[in-house]
Amino acid sequence: MKLKSLNVALALALCISAASTQAQVSGNTVKIGFITDMSGLYADLDGPGGVEAIRMAIGDFGGTVLGKKVELVSADHQNKTDIASSLAREWIDQQGVDMLIGGTNSGAGIAMAKVAGEKKRPYFNIGAGSTRLTNEDCTPYTVHYAYDTAALANVTGAAVVKGGGKSWFFLTADYAFGISLEQDTAAVVKASGGTVVGAVRHPLSASDFSSFMLQAQASKAQVLGLANAGGDMINAVKAAREFGVTKTMKLAGLLVFITDVHSLGLQATQGMQLTDGWYWDSSPETRAWSKRFFEKMKKMPSMAQAADYSATTTYLNAVKAAGTDDPDKVMVQLKKAKINDMFAKGGYIREDGRMIHEMYLLEVKKPEESKYPWDYYKVVAKVPGEQAFQPLSKSTCPFIKK
Amino acid sequence: MNPFDIPLQALLGQLLIGLVNGSFYAMLSLGLAVIFGLLGIINFAHGALYMMGAFGAWILMDKFGIGYWYAIVIVPIAIGVLGIVIERLFLKHLYKLDPLYGLLLTFGLALIAEGIFRDRYGVSGQSYNVPESLQGATDLGFMILPNYRAWVVLASLGTCLGTWFVIERTRLGATLRAATENPHMVQAFGINVPIMVTLTYGAGAALAALAGVLAAPVIQVTPLMGSNIIIVVFAVVVIGGMGSILGSVLTGLALGLIEGLTRVVYPEASNIVVFVIMAIVLVLRPAGLFGKEA
Repeated sequence: MKLKSLNVALALALCISAASTQAQVSGNTVKIGFITDMSGLYADLDGPGGVEAIRMAIGDFGGTVLGKKVELVSADHQNKTDIASSLAREWIDQQGVDMLIGGTNSGAGIAMAKVAGEKKRPYFNIGAGSTRLTNEDCTPYTVHYAYDTAALANVTGAAVVKGGGKSWFFLTADYAFGISLEQDTAAVVKASGGTVVGAVRHPLSASDFSSFMLQAQASKAQVLGLANAGGDMINAVKAAREFGVTKTMKLAGLLVFITDVHSLGLQATQGMQLTDGWYWDSSPETRAWSKRFFEKMKKMPSMAQAADYSATTTYLNAVKAAGTDDPDKVMVQLKKAKINDMFAKGGYIREDGRMIHEMYLLEVKKPEESKYPWDYYKVVAKVPGEQAFQPLSKSTCPFIKK
Repeated sequence: MNPFDIPLQALLGQLLIGLVNGSFYAMLSLGLAVIFGLLGIINFAHGALYMMGAFGAWILMDKFGIGYWYAIVIVPIAIGVLGIVIERLFLKHLYKLDPLYGLLLTFGLALIAEGIFRDRYGVSGQSYNVPESLQGATDLGFMILPNYRAWVVLASLGTCLGTWFVIERTRLGATLRAATENPHMVQAFGINVPIMVTLTYGAGAALAALAGVLAAPVIQVTPLMGSNIIIVVFAVVVIGGMGSILGSVLTGLALGLIEGLTRVVYPEASNIVVFVIMAIVLVLRPAGLFGKEA
């Protein structure tokens, strides 16, 4: 009897050690941590929908990688950088989180990048736009996955100037993302032959935009560039219509998510040009995935939510290919992989962590052009990633060898 | 921007906008002041009631096709009834306790209400159109004023004046004020004080809902709209002096104007200027500008 149980124990121990030599997975699970705005002004474009997208990715992957369970933890950073960084630190130190996904808000996104870099954990940022993530605040562990302000500026800025919008006035959210977006767009506008006549910076979640609209009107610019997002962008568009700004100026939404257009309605947004990294209704593959997402969330996915799915899959593929969740080995694998899924075709992660993929210049349809629910955009142009994103030669990321 | 470089036209425009925002502050702080003055409750649920007022207007339009002019009557009454229920169920047990309990309870109620709406409607919010009769804008020469904003100023000033008149100049108001000073004596005169208190809370809630309906066409109707504005409104009440009705109205308007000017001179500071003023006022006059020194 005794011998038998000893044998069983021995066999078990062997199994465990055999498993660990085959697949080196720390903590016996692969744990993904997702920190985003779950309840504030950006919650609709990522938030709980983002959690669902990551869950779908884990489910589609079979729930396991290298024979180990894949787990997801998620939290709300409430748009506060200190909460984002302390959560990231706690998760990595105490809960053994192997990979972090950062959602919306560049301030929080940069704070998390610093923690992940220091603790050497792969960090995918999806929802934040600031190019600082792959420039001065870059780390070897950051992957900036969906979009950035440089790409938005390059695509929208150039297209609007080309369409005759030469003089610009900016309405900017006063934090890392807005300022980054304003500066990048201003540079593109000037490079394309346009001028910037002024800018006004408003606090995040401003309750009223009317006085900014008067300032915009007084500037006599042709284009009002909205360097803000989510609830702020929505209220700015409403105020612009109410004060007749839309009669004299063209609105250029520099970061517009489909959830924003849905909320404002086509009547208010028609004709607006915008840049997006993904549109649910662009191919049979995106439609099929979006339909599944819609069944769960009762709304169509935004670019951020689709990218949450894609990033999770990309990471799990890299863990599988590397045969381990060792951060350095996974990063090597990630930077040589090609990304081909419903989010990106032929996408790849550059040395500085920038994921390069095609971007879309879109135009919001008129109400009468929209044939079915969520039929909101016309694709004006597809811009190759190399053209849309900042070239590696211009990166100020310190560890890039030039 | 140098404050002296601002053209007069722009200044007038900004002052007018400040007046519009100030009227929202005034209406909300008025409700808070009435509730605090007569019940001694610091009503943190005020922002949530305002948000529910705006959602009420949207739901009536979206689900039942009932327009703005009906909503502006129906919604405040409905929310007022809700306020009465809240007072009967929860608040009446708290009058003998420290004001902190009322604050905690109403804060909790606000969080619950906000959570329910967020779960159901998301945060991007719903669009509510300006009613047809108030669409369009008037060119005032120095600025284009949307007609709806002009209506907001008139409606809220009217409401504020009306409320002030009822409380300060009528017999009902005098009884109410007496009841807060000495409830037992007033009861001895044969007046049902608990019912008056209940109705007062209902009226305060209705005022918040009315402000919500007025705001619905101006800003996106979202579950967060209450918490975005309520902190500023509390600062207004503190500056004006807790419980002072005229004080809260005047302070609301004045702070709207100051905020508007800040948006021209140094927009980045526009959301803290109110709190800077609050700090200064608290240092110089701890009871607020219009409050009675204890």
